[in-house]
Amino acid sequence: MKTNDLILQTTTKVVLFIIILFSFHIFFAGHYTPGGGFVGGLLTSGAIILLMLAFDMKTVSLILPVNYIYMAATGLLFAGGTAAGALLFNVPLLTHAFGHVDLPILGDTALHTATIFDLGVFLVVVGVTMTIIQTIGEDE
Amino acid sequence: MSLLHLAILSPFLLAIFIPILYKLFRKVHTGWFVLPLPILLFSYFLSFISITSTHQTITESVPWIPALGVDFIAKVDGLGLLFALLITGIGSLVVLYSIYYLAKDKEKLNTFYVYLLLFMGAMLGVVLSDNLIVLYTFWEFTSFSSFLLIGFWYDREKSRYGAQKSMLITVFGGLSMLGGIILLYIMTGSFNISEIIDQAAAISTSPLFIPALVCILLGAFTKSAQFPFHIWLPDAMEAPTPVSAYLHSATMVKAGIYLVARMTPVFASEGLWLWLVAGFGIVTLFWGSFNAVKQTDLKAILAFSTVSQLGMIMSLLGLGAAALHFDDIDNSFFGAATAAAVFHLFNHATFKGSLFMVVGIVDHETGTRDIRKLGGLMNFMPITFTLAIIGTFSMAGLPPFNGFLSKEMFFTGMIRVTELNIFNFETWGMLFPVIAWIASVFTFIYSMILVFKTFTGKYQPEKLEKKPHEAPMGMLISPIVLASLVIIIGFFPNILSNSIISPALESILPNNDIDVHISFWHGFKPELFMTIGVIALGILLFLTLPKWRKVYNIFPKKLTFNRLYDSGLEMIQHASNKLTKTYMNGSIRSYLVYIFAFFIFILATTIAVKNAFTFDTSNISSIGFYEVLLALAVVIGSISILFVKSRMTAIILLGAVGYTVSLFYVLFRAPDLALTQLVIETISVALFLLCFYHLPKNRNEERNRFKLTNAIISIGVGAIVTVIALSAHSNKVFDSIAEYYVENTYTEAAGKNMVNVILVDFRGFDTLFEITVLTIAALGIFAMIKLRMGGKKKNENK
Repeated sequence: MKTNDLILQTTTKVVLFIIILFSFHIFFAGHYTPGGGFVGGLLTSGAIILLMLAFDMKTVSLILPVNYIYMAATGLLFAGGTAAGALLFNVPLLTHAFGHVDLPILGDTALHTATIFDLGVFLVVVGVTMTIIQTIGEDE
Repeated sequence: MSLLHLAILSPFLLAIFIPILYKLFRKVHTGWFVLPLPILLFSYFLSFISITSTHQTITESVPWIPALGVDFIAKVDGLGLLFALLITGIGSLVVLYSIYYLAKDKEKLNTFYVYLLLFMGAMLGVVLSDNLIVLYTFWEFTSFSSFLLIGFWYDREKSRYGAQKSMLITVFGGLSMLGGIILLYIMTGSFNISEIIDQAAAISTSPLFIPALVCILLGAFTKSAQFPFHIWLPDAMEAPTPVSAYLHSATMVKAGIYLVARMTPVFASEGLWLWLVAGFGIVTLFWGSFNAVKQTDLKAILAFSTVSQLGMIMSLLGLGAAALHFDDIDNSFFGAATAAAVFHLFNHATFKGSLFMVVGIVDHETGTRDIRKLGGLMNFMPITFTLAIIGTFSMAGLPPFNGFLSKEMFFTGMIRVTELNIFNFETWGMLFPVIAWIASVFTFIYSMILVFKTFTGKYQPEKLEKKPHEAPMGMLISPIVLASLVIIIGFFPNILSNSIISPALESILPNNDIDVHISFWHGFKPELFMTIGVIALGILLFLTLPKWRKVYNIFPKKLTFNRLYDSGLEMIQHASNKLTKTYMNGSIRSYLVYIFAFFIFILATTIAVKNAFTFDTSNISSIGFYEVLLALAVVIGSISILFVKSRMTAIILLGAVGYTVSLFYVLFRAPDLALTQLVIETISVALFLLCFYHLPKNRNEERNRFKLTNAIISIGVGAIVTVIALSAHSNKVFDSIAEYYVENTYTEAAGKNMVNVILVDFRGFDTLFEITVLTIAALGIFAMIKLRMGGKKKNENK
């Protein structure tokens, strides 16, 4: 019998963006409200998993041609780079800098190097969860 | 670095070049490159005689580890010089002998001479070091090089057995000696023997005195093959004969004697030293000579003979120590006992060295060392026979050889023991001369066996591998030199007394003026009659040997020390194997039981000993309705996991517990934790389900079997952790540092979510490595699943 996933797939197309937006929100708002790179990353990978459930893994890898191991490595590079970057300014490791910058389009924006660090965490978490799921899922 | 240090270290230096010389000059016997060194050293050390004979010493110091008080202090005094001359003198003769003994193309000469040189250098270091740690270093070097030399023919099982045995026994003694040295250091604060001797009076009152004494003596007794540690020496006879002649008769086995002599001024003020040294010496003397008679292998006879002679020297040293112990008696006499020890030490090195070489010649020319196969060699090997006669007669203590003189002095010493009047010595002291006399009779018998069974009697050509003929001249030079020494010293003993023996005595017994005079003729004293008795009874017993040989069968073979050693070694192996097998059973469950039991034990004991349990309810918050509800849910969930039948239920229950925990986080106002816990719990439950879906199908799902130990241990762990948590909570000593974070989260780090700010800013270092851990886990899973090379191979085999 051939199953039809039309409802699931259609719902996914709508819900996916809501989840992604929510996870980005949680990630960016992490410094002020509950959330941050870890939960944000987990939610993003949750969205991708939903995609995998609704479609199949090959389709998903066509849509998102990402090597998740590289992603985790990039995350580590971001986090480690932020940590080591402090040394260039002759301050101890992992000293963050922040301040208000007047950007051309966005106007007065608060920027914080901790966000780069958190982005590293985010990437690592997405990379790691997706590597695990994908590896186990593809295994016969 | 003085010339003296260079002299001590020169054998090591030459040893480096031996393999190169061996490879470069294949046509020349490597021994010729070695030979000049000991001769050079011998003549160098001869030049010291003029200094030591006027009772002066030479001390040269080179710092080695100054921070620990360890300096390489080379000191030449009478005793050290005597040994140095023996080592280099007999060393040269042995090297010369070995050139003819070891074939150039059959043996690995490079390793042989490297080992031999290592040994020579180590031995020189032992006798010329004033620092005990340096002495110990060289001491172990002699053990190692001796091990290598005994196992020189390593393809023979007996060689390996002998090498291992000697290694185990001598290293055991060496380590206990190190313990003694450290105890001495604790008592005196110095490793230098001369400084320790200066504090001898203080040492004797220390509580560490007896342990130090016993430890040092253990080292000396094992090295010098004293009873009951003599068992390694007969097995060491598997070494090439030059090695036996050098190490196991003239030098290494005398290292223990040297140590006892060197330590006499330190320890001899107490009677214990005297009785231990003299007692073990006399027992060794008897046991060695008694056992030598029953041996059938020429080298075995010589080995037991060495044991016995070493015992004799040791007992004389013990008696000599009485000179330091008793003030009221005639000191000159006990000094004479020490003089006898030194004199015999020298004599033994000469005749035993030559006898080993003679036996080596017999072995080399006939192919056997078994006295049952040998006989009637006198006509084929007249020179060797003459040498054997000189050596054995000297060993038996017959005039006019040097052995006679030292044996007379030995008897004198033994008779005078009875005059010591402590420890009820009038009665027990009588044993000394009696045992000594009986042992001398046995010495006479085996000496006669050695020479007459080999060289006279019936010639049995059918049993010999080769047709015997006289040895080449080069092989004979060394024993001839030694045998002529035996005779020269026999006739002119006093050439040694002022130059060698008297300075050596000065080092053993300081502050005792002893006039050494060895007279050939004592007059009609008891010693003379004792010697006559030894000869008469010895001849009688030798002639009737076949009739009383059965005596040796009285002792069952199981009751030997070798048997004890072998079975002991086996038992230790067996027992430790068994012990390891009982607790290392390979089951993780047992190891967890050990770990948790130890955890409970150590914590419970600490709490009990420190009386640490407190329960303080003053600063706990009130408990609300939701907390009770959630706690009930967690408890019910956890307990049901233990009792459910299906695994699926257990996983779901585990998930329920996890979600309840996240509700706890909500309740206790930890939104970040709650969020994370929720998502992580979902993922882990999913992974669990994945795992259990893949379990083998035929596996019966059965309930966990109940095990009492597991129950007790898990309840114990739970109880102990609860107790600790309660006590820790009741004992809060300092305020939390959380205030700082609350105040500075926005001002310092520009954030309002304190948890996140702590994670990425205040303590971002931890986070950095936690994400590293995650990455490693992912890579691990990836590698584990993708790389299954072992599994593939197995499938192919199927």
